[in-house]
Amino acid sequence: MQKFALSLATATMLIGAAATSMAADGRDYISVVGSSTVYPFSTAVAEQFGKSTKFKTPKIESTGTGGGMKLFCSGSGVDTPDIANASRRMKKTEMETCQKNGVAEVVEVKVGYDGIVVANSKKADQMKLTRKELFMALAKEVPSPEGGDKLVANPYKTWKDINSALPANKIEVLGPPPTSGTRDAFVELVMDEGCAEFESIKALKKSDEKQFKAVCQTVREDGAFIEAGENDNLIVQKLEANQKSLGIFGFSFLDQNADKIQGSLVDGQAPTFENIASGKYAVSRPLYIYVKKAHVGVIPGIAEYLGEFTSDRAWGETGYLAEKGLIPSPVAERKTFAADAKALKPVVLN
Amino acid sequence: MSENHQISTMDRVSVGLAARYRKERRFRLFGISAIVASLLFLALLLASITAKGYTAFRQTEVLLDVYLDPAVLDVHNLATANYAALVRDAALALFPQVESRQDKRIVGKLISTGAAYRLQDLVTSKPELIGSTRPIWVPADDEVDMFVKGHIPRDVPEAERRVSDKQAAWIDQLVAVDRLKLKFNTAFFQAGDSREPELAGIRGAAAGSMFTLAITLLLSFPVGVAAAVYLEEFAPKNRWTDLIEVNINNLAAIPSIVFGLLGLAVFLNFMNLPRSASLVGGLVLTLMTLPTIIIASRASLKSVPPSIREAALGVGASKMQTISHHILPLAMPGMMTGAIIGMARALGETAPLLMIGMVAFIVDVPHSFSDPATVLPVQIYLWADSPERAFVERTSAAIMILLLLLLAMNAAAVFLRNKFERRW
Repeated sequence: MQKFALSLATATMLIGAAATSMAADGRDYISVVGSSTVYPFSTAVAEQFGKSTKFKTPKIESTGTGGGMKLFCSGSGVDTPDIANASRRMKKTEMETCQKNGVAEVVEVKVGYDGIVVANSKKADQMKLTRKELFMALAKEVPSPEGGDKLVANPYKTWKDINSALPANKIEVLGPPPTSGTRDAFVELVMDEGCAEFESIKALKKSDEKQFKAVCQTVREDGAFIEAGENDNLIVQKLEANQKSLGIFGFSFLDQNADKIQGSLVDGQAPTFENIASGKYAVSRPLYIYVKKAHVGVIPGIAEYLGEFTSDRAWGETGYLAEKGLIPSPVAERKTFAADAKALKPVVLN
Repeated sequence: MSENHQISTMDRVSVGLAARYRKERRFRLFGISAIVASLLFLALLLASITAKGYTAFRQTEVLLDVYLDPAVLDVHNLATANYAALVRDAALALFPQVESRQDKRIVGKLISTGAAYRLQDLVTSKPELIGSTRPIWVPADDEVDMFVKGHIPRDVPEAERRVSDKQAAWIDQLVAVDRLKLKFNTAFFQAGDSREPELAGIRGAAAGSMFTLAITLLLSFPVGVAAAVYLEEFAPKNRWTDLIEVNINNLAAIPSIVFGLLGLAVFLNFMNLPRSASLVGGLVLTLMTLPTIIIASRASLKSVPPSIREAALGVGASKMQTISHHILPLAMPGMMTGAIIGMARALGETAPLLMIGMVAFIVDVPHSFSDPATVLPVQIYLWADSPERAFVERTSAAIMILLLLLLAMNAAAVFLRNKFERRW
């Protein structure tokens, strides 16, 4: 019994001592949080940075864009993250939270683009879709096929119902859940655009924007759209098993699995590296990193990490990030952001 | 009448006997088929993991003759020398026929970026080698590795492969002269996480798991045993102790993510402990394993026969002596079994660690309780989500390692029980 009391006391003391010494210590590595889409790229930079400089390798958490912003804006100080990864631009409300909590200046860097692809198994025929057709296939309510402005519950069962040129396969699309940034981007870039092609809904945008969003962004729940979790590898495996279904995920997964799956044409453009980089393929989104200016100089290596990220050997056309599936920004844009990052110019959201 | 009755009873018994035997046989059959089915599923799981994962223990390496050029390697400044250029030159020397700039770049891509680090290690440890030409095995790029292992098929059209016909021909050429071979994958056991599959290893995650479990064991075992002893031996039996008992049993069944949220609120936000540290992970897992240990410890205290207690008290031992000299040593094997099973559960846990920032990309192997760390199951989760195909086999390999550790822990529990348990 004494032995236990003793070991208990020792353990508690040890932990207490460790805890106090840690709270007093600074942090000597960069802490990054945020989007799971930017994660593969920022980890690649972090590793390169850690191996080629005297600094420690940054720690990168994959929390999702929203969760990352919340942590990033929770305050200024060594116990908060230094950098937030985002698969969309920072929202105005998030900036306000940041400023309220003492994060006054934030540096924004657009690191490149990510394409979102609609793909199916290589064994099936390649699909040629438009954004309007994708909206009609996936929205909960669509304008009545009989004409008129009335919205009805989505009646389409097969792709042929939507467009007679499409195959008579049942509509079955595997995609990310609402917590995912890929889903946000898909809804914004495909559903919103496709839905605005209906005159009646387009008129709604001006009169009642909330209603417009509800109509365009609500995905059907009758089994045609299947939420397949955050794991894109899983979607690829399911597409291989079921040749009639389509999947929605980031370009890098198509790039790595080109022998198993093929990207569908969206509005006549194939999701290739060249088409996304040139902006021809419409469904692509910019990726950002946000840096707390107040931490530069306090946490060692932040400026150098930014320098590595914005170097041509990382984010350039032939850089190692392109190898990982990042679509590089145009040269002029890269130049501006690299200069801004070097000067640590704080962002002004408008 | 009475004779008639007797006969009819016997008849009834003998008629029913066959049916009763049938019933028993049927029950046994159900039992056996249930066990066979579960064994089949287990075998299927293990077979599929092993089939996918065993190739990860070997890694394709290329033999390069690297000229350690004194013009590039400055003895006083070895850390910043351009090792990648030396590796590229050595790789190009293998293919004198390659001339165009584009092709040269592709040749460079056959070799992993890790080759430069290996070269750097060699030169830093033996600077006297500078100026000589050394044969050195370096890791090949992950796509070459996948191609050699057959995970990238040869028979699909060139455009759909990540290895072109030209690269395939070069690889075949290297194999023919014995310069490209599958070797034991030491990096997998010696390195931390990496975004390059050929350089990624489980050492960082294993060290993180070790630190986390050490904290968990150090805290939950003494506290759990002390709580069990108090509740079992000293506490009065009343409504309050009943309430505590119900609550402990209830805690054992709570989903683990709840403990993660609790840890986030208490350890990170209130006590300001660092995010992602194995210390916090250990604290959270302590909360999770405590109920398991308390319940197991109480059960093993209960199973010590009352005669031992009475005999000790009868010869004049105090209550404290009775417990520490007699009851506790006899109950210890059962307590340890409970602790090991609790630890095994803690080893496989990811959900609560998500909330306290241990689901993260961490390259450096942690060296203390406060270093950012991750654990084995989290490493498996992160690899499973990576786009590179070479991570598929590494994921399975990491699962195999985790299963082996769990098996070892459970075997230890069984061993302890059989060795020290006393039957009364």
